[in-house]
Amino acid sequence: MNHSLSFTRLFPIVLWFAGSAVVLFLIAPIIAIVPLSFNAEPFFTYPMPGLSLRWYEEFFSSEVWQLALKNSIIVAVCATLLSTVLGTLAAIGLSRPDCPSRATLTAILISPMIVPVIVSAVGIYYAFAAIGLLNTLTGLVLAHTAIGAPFVVITVTATLASFDHNLMRAASSLGATPFEAVLRIMLPIIAPGVVSGALFAFVTSFDEVVIALFIAGSEERTLPRQMWSGVRETLSPTIAAVATLLILFSTLFLATVQCLQRRAERQKLTRTD
Amino acid sequence: MAITLTDEVVRNAVDTAALTRRLRGLRRKGQMRALLLIAPLMFFLLAIFVLPIGMLLTRSVDNSEVALTLPNTVNALASWDGATVPDEAIYAAFAADLKASPREDVAEVAKRLNYYETGMRSMLLKTARTVRNAEASYKDAFIAIDEQWGTPRYWRILKQAMPELTDFYLLAALDMSRNEAGAIAAVAPENAVHVDVLLRTFAVSASVTLLCLLLGYPLAALIARSQGAVANTLLILVLLPFWTSLLVRTSAWVVLLQSRGVVNSALAWLGLIDPSQPLELIYNRIGVLVAMTHILLPFMVLPIYSVMKSIPPVYLRAASSLGAPPLSAFWRIYLPMSMPGVSAGGLLVFILALGYYITPALVGGPRDQMVSYYIAYYSNQVTNWGMAAALSAILLVAVLILYAVYNRIVGIDRLRIG
Repeated sequence: MNHSLSFTRLFPIVLWFAGSAVVLFLIAPIIAIVPLSFNAEPFFTYPMPGLSLRWYEEFFSSEVWQLALKNSIIVAVCATLLSTVLGTLAAIGLSRPDCPSRATLTAILISPMIVPVIVSAVGIYYAFAAIGLLNTLTGLVLAHTAIGAPFVVITVTATLASFDHNLMRAASSLGATPFEAVLRIMLPIIAPGVVSGALFAFVTSFDEVVIALFIAGSEERTLPRQMWSGVRETLSPTIAAVATLLILFSTLFLATVQCLQRRAERQKLTRTD
Repeated sequence: MAITLTDEVVRNAVDTAALTRRLRGLRRKGQMRALLLIAPLMFFLLAIFVLPIGMLLTRSVDNSEVALTLPNTVNALASWDGATVPDEAIYAAFAADLKASPREDVAEVAKRLNYYETGMRSMLLKTARTVRNAEASYKDAFIAIDEQWGTPRYWRILKQAMPELTDFYLLAALDMSRNEAGAIAAVAPENAVHVDVLLRTFAVSASVTLLCLLLGYPLAALIARSQGAVANTLLILVLLPFWTSLLVRTSAWVVLLQSRGVVNSALAWLGLIDPSQPLELIYNRIGVLVAMTHILLPFMVLPIYSVMKSIPPVYLRAASSLGAPPLSAFWRIYLPMSMPGVSAGGLLVFILALGYYITPALVGGPRDQMVSYYIAYYSNQVTNWGMAAALSAILLVAVLILYAVYNRIVGIDRLRIG
């Protein structure tokens, strides 16, 4: 009895230690790389001999990195726009109460999320080679749209699950055309889902490297593609600088998505009240 | 009276029929609307995604290049018994095909034959070059180029390589091949590489899943027990790496683990290791397991956490009030109730790990590369589409089967991200 009592007291402490150690394992590598980007010397060891911004300067003045950044932004923005439009339309169709064979259609629409990315990349490479889309930004945008759209389908379908379709009937009985009803009733309600789907699609494209490895030439290099070469060839602290900027960027994204989810939950609560 | 009643019945019947028709029409219209909304993405994905992968996968059984380049030889060899030395007609047909075909097509056939027997490539190219200027008797001309053309052996290989469909690549992906008699047999041990790679892929994925479970379960339990701001902070600390670029996380591990990296210099500073003999933590299996576990851990923590959150704490209290010691309450109540989360997270991590390419390529050594690496190798470096397609097919089938299991246990619609 005495033994189990001490265990009861010990258990939360052990759990705290174990859990904190795991959190440390998750966060430490990401945190550790940040200060190294300000290292005055091209080494990856602590303590650092001095601080400098030279690696950021190199990133912002290097033509290769700037081209990669530009390409990444162009491709991610275009792919996000395309996949958000296509994905939202498909999600609205899938969520209609009268949608036929929903399970099969959903399975095909989210298949790019399920198929291992290397298989998608080689398949797309093989097909794009035949129609001359290799080494083009267009090809990269199309491929990234395909792998980003399932995220939009999933988030928007999830938001639409709690959507009251009677609202659409009410709108049309009040004289709204179906288009108007979607634009003025449905879209504002599902907006958080659409935006978080778009964010997922953006991050998916912005972070994608396998397809870029296969179908992008040196003129179409994206940021992750350039980082891949950087890590493989000469590991310079410029990588740490780029990584730090990307960590900053993902923190902003995470904050945005959290805000959106909070808002969606609040909305759900007020509706059920 | 009787007449009016019949009248009404008839009218009602007509109305019902009309109504049913109208309803059916409306339903069909509604279905059409749903399909029209889905159509743009569906056609887009069919064109950009499904069709390309389908085209790639057909390459795993496609063998049309030999038959297309050597049509006369195919015809002539059809009636050959495979045991005797062919007659002049077959030599003439082969010579005619070689003379008529462009060099690059012959090169493709030569490459294909070389998969069956090393050396066939240069031999066929040499034969094709010389035969272009040869005249009858072709049999003598062939034997003059290489004495082996005077035996049935080369012809048997040629005949074996002719069908338009082949199981050659799929068998090769499992380290098997057909011998000259056409029976399936294991390839020589020194040529057997693919089964090793498949087993390694499986082993690495299983180890990573286990590590994620060992690390993820206590963390999920901690978050589920915590409340308010603490729980939120912990969740955000799990989500931050999840949102951070894969390349950033992988390069962070390269920076940390390399021989002159952060971990080794910290250990040396603490006096735990000799600075001149740093630990080898990267470009081997350790690096792969550490980095992949780190990257996939959130996929384990989040599903387990969401199941644990729904376990009412009263059950554990009930168990202990009935006299169960804490360990047995955990073992018999909490663990079984959290199993749905464990199986969801475990399956997801395992499935994702199977397809990993970037991380093992950057932090692993040559003996840690998984099947994705070889798919990339066969398509990029040696342009052997048949092998790339066969390995892709195996990986894809494995992943689809596991997703079917996932769908059974968890439901694919619960595949949520973030």
